Amino acid sequence: MTTPRIGMMLTSTVDSTSVVVVRWAAGDQQVTCGGTPMVDAAKGGTGPQQPLDPDQSAGTLLGKRYATDDGTVELLCTKPGKGTLAVGGVPLAVKSAKPLPASD
Amino acid sequence: MDLTVLLDMAAEGFADRTLVDGLTTRQLRDAARAGAGLLAESGATSVVHLAANGPAFPVALFAAASAGVPFVPLNYRLGTDQLRTLLTHHPGAWIIADERHGPLVPHSHTPRSWLDTTLTRAPSDRVPRASDPAVIIYTSGTTSAPKGVLLRHHNLVSYVVGGVEFGSAGPDEAALMCVPPYHIAAVSNVLTNLYAGRRLVVLDAFSPTRWLELVRAEGVTNAMVVPTMLARLMEEPESRRSVPTLRTLAYGGAAMPPRVIEQALRAWPDVGFVGAYGLTETSSTIAVLGPDDHREAAASEDPEVRARLHSAGRPIPGVEIEIRGTDGTPVPYGVPGRVRVRGAQVSGEYAGAPGAGDGWFDTRDLGQLDREGFLFIRGREDDTIIRGAENIAPAEIEDVLLRRPEVADAVVVGVPDEQWGQRIEAVVVPARGASLDPEELRAEVRRRLRGSKTPDRIVVWNEIPRTATGKVLRRDVATELGG
Repeated sequence: MTTPRIGMMLTSTVDSTSVVVVRWAAGDQQVTCGGTPMVDAAKGGTGPQQPLDPDQSAGTLLGKRYATDDGTVELLCTKPGKGTLAVGGVPLAVKSAKPLPASD
Repeated sequence: MDLTVLLDMAAEGFADRTLVDGLTTRQLRDAARAGAGLLAESGATSVVHLAANGPAFPVALFAAASAGVPFVPLNYRLGTDQLRTLLTHHPGAWIIADERHGPLVPHSHTPRSWLDTTLTRAPSDRVPRASDPAVIIYTSGTTSAPKGVLLRHHNLVSYVVGGVEFGSAGPDEAALMCVPPYHIAAVSNVLTNLYAGRRLVVLDAFSPTRWLELVRAEGVTNAMVVPTMLARLMEEPESRRSVPTLRTLAYGGAAMPPRVIEQALRAWPDVGFVGAYGLTETSSTIAVLGPDDHREAAASEDPEVRARLHSAGRPIPGVEIEIRGTDGTPVPYGVPGRVRVRGAQVSGEYAGAPGAGDGWFDTRDLGQLDREGFLFIRGREDDTIIRGAENIAPAEIEDVLLRRPEVADAVVVGVPDEQWGQRIEAVVVPARGASLDPEELRAEVRRRLRGSKTPDRIVVWNEIPRTATGKVLRRDVATELGG
């Protein structure tokens, strides 16, 4: 059981997906990818390859942010994959970004 | 998460995009990994960069990150004695130095040899822990001895990820960097532009002519300057000042004289100006005055809105700013005090000294917030002049002097005084072709402020000593005046 915290890198056990936790105010809920909990990348993330739930295969894109509607969770995709990212069973949506003007 | 993840993402997302001086993101990643192998074999405990800016700089930054050792860019303009002292803090460093530093660092590598080796050697893998210090940058030491600021991987990554969208730059975009490589902006510049996928153009020795030539020749779309550079650009004849491709121009690193930004807004109406306020200790920018803020303030009839043109803007996402009064408690808007900041990008840690503890970093800057959250900086606490029992912020007096069109530059300092403890003295530099009357300027300050804030003496110099990043060397000015 992995409780996410800001800055933690999570890796999928069903596909190539990796994310970093940018915002987390969802307590001890689980992040899943393709229907299976993601694990702390720092602890190896070499768990057995699980099958991908075909109903959870929306896929992710490199560098996109995935967030809950209420803004309590934000994950940044550092390696894309086929699975759907979800928190507490609710799929995350791509967060539309309004970038800051370049300041350096 | 560490800096190498940003590099890996860029190399995955836009491998063949040219990033800096002909290097693609993939070449940069491979060279950084090859460099990491060299560092691991040598047992280096840090990487010191003592050289002008160029492609060796980003390769060294990421090689150090890949090897899990801190990257330490040193100010090559410092004297030999100061450099020798700083180098003793980094025994076991792999040193990349320009040839002229050879006598000081005999076992160093030139930027050229570092690049040649890392671009031809096979990459190696090693992953650092994100809590390792990623970068150590020495403060400029204009008011006290230089301090080594520790920036951890998570500080810098938070800064980048918090403010930049991955791959958001178009393939035609190019950023011109002309701050020296030992400044925090040089480090953050490499990181944010890499992550955005924006090509970097480096100008090592700033001159207005060269800067303008490069903007036009390279089709530069984004640039960052310090205020002294913008002032010099505004002195160029209008016919030579065109910057057709420039979309945004960021400025920071020192206080912006009001007249300079007003002039720049008029000179370049199509450029989006971005005021950036930040410190080395905060991994660069913590507050931004964006292009819309500039336009709105400049066009407003409301004095409160108009004043924001000279503010530091509002905190960026993930950063909290509060003002504390002299008794240490938070003050309401409109009341000046000490600026404190909190957020994942804020380190506030120094080499050899414990961190702040409660997460809040005291910037030692003086400032206040307005009702919309715009931050106004009123100088450094350490620069405060104590004349009699009165605390006087030099910035307020400098503002009055700099408002005069015939004054090109001004600084106000405290000089030791038997009667007052400190007396107020000012140095002014005349604008091109102008002559200055110190008595008239004193009368102007008395009119605008009050008697006790009027400089006891104003002298006229040809130039005010500043660092390469535009910070006034106040100690040198005070010593010269007092001597």
